[in-house]
Amino acid sequence: MKRNIEKEMVFMTQSIWRMPRWFHQMGSPKWFYDFAGILQPWFAVAAFVLLTWGAIWGLAFAPADYQQGNSFRIMYVHVPAAILSQSIFLGMAIAGAIGLIWKMKVAFMVARSCIAIGATFTAIALLTGAIWGKPTWGAYWVWDARLTSTLVLFFLYAGVMALNQAITERQVAGKATAILAIVGTINIPIIKYSVEWWNTLHQSSSFTLTDKPSMPADMYLPLLLTVLGSYCLFALVVLIRTRAQILQTQTSASWLMQHRDITGA
Amino acid sequence: MYFESLDELLNMAGHGFYVWSCYGLFVALLGINVWHARWQHLKALKQVKALVRRNP
Repeated sequence: MKRNIEKEMVFMTQSIWRMPRWFHQMGSPKWFYDFAGILQPWFAVAAFVLLTWGAIWGLAFAPADYQQGNSFRIMYVHVPAAILSQSIFLGMAIAGAIGLIWKMKVAFMVARSCIAIGATFTAIALLTGAIWGKPTWGAYWVWDARLTSTLVLFFLYAGVMALNQAITERQVAGKATAILAIVGTINIPIIKYSVEWWNTLHQSSSFTLTDKPSMPADMYLPLLLTVLGSYCLFALVVLIRTRAQILQTQTSASWLMQHRDITGA
Repeated sequence: MYFESLDELLNMAGHGFYVWSCYGLFVALLGINVWHARWQHLKALKQVKALVRRNP
């Protein structure tokens, strides 16, 4: 009797969480490997074009800021890095949650692929912020809410990476990493609202989705390009790393043995 | 172009060092990421190929 109720419960939760077909296809390593292989070159080209275009526009053609002069051009690498550092952490937590809920190995792989690139974007945000701070605030570092919470984000990435590397069993590592990533997302709203909650040296958002930008088009369009380019670059790295993990873990799968990447045909 | 000459673009009215080092960091760190990911993928491919060769 008890078993029946349990079965019923499992069935009910499964039907509540029923997802479209493409969602389950994404969970199949073979399907993901091929689909990611198709997407990869497009993201590579898009990332290269958008970042180059945005950087040249931002460096050489955008007008100088009336207060900060030319140092504001750092914005075109600093802001995308800061946005991505938070988006990637959120993405990693979502991928981890999908892995936990639907027991999807590929989702854990995606989450794992996010760690290094997310930590890199956080490091870039911190370093370029420090360099920008010198001519603007007169100091490389201040213990300000925005800066400190971003530093905490970097340590969270380091913690997630250490945990992921410490456990050799991939499935267990995936679960542990997912839980830490989900718990760590508490820091994301703290970073976002830090400039409003506390007195801070850091300026508020350069642009938001809802308001009209406070900058002229010549200043914010290059930023839009480098932000989009950074998202494409992130996608590219995650696709490559996830494909590498599929190769590492699917060594006994027959589809892989017959795959044209392996046979060369 | 906003600047009059290449020298001015490099110097950026005294902010050149700050601006260019930020762009350098961005390119270098992300470049390493892409390169490392590619390397990981190629290494994994090689390993699977070797496995197939050993037990065809």
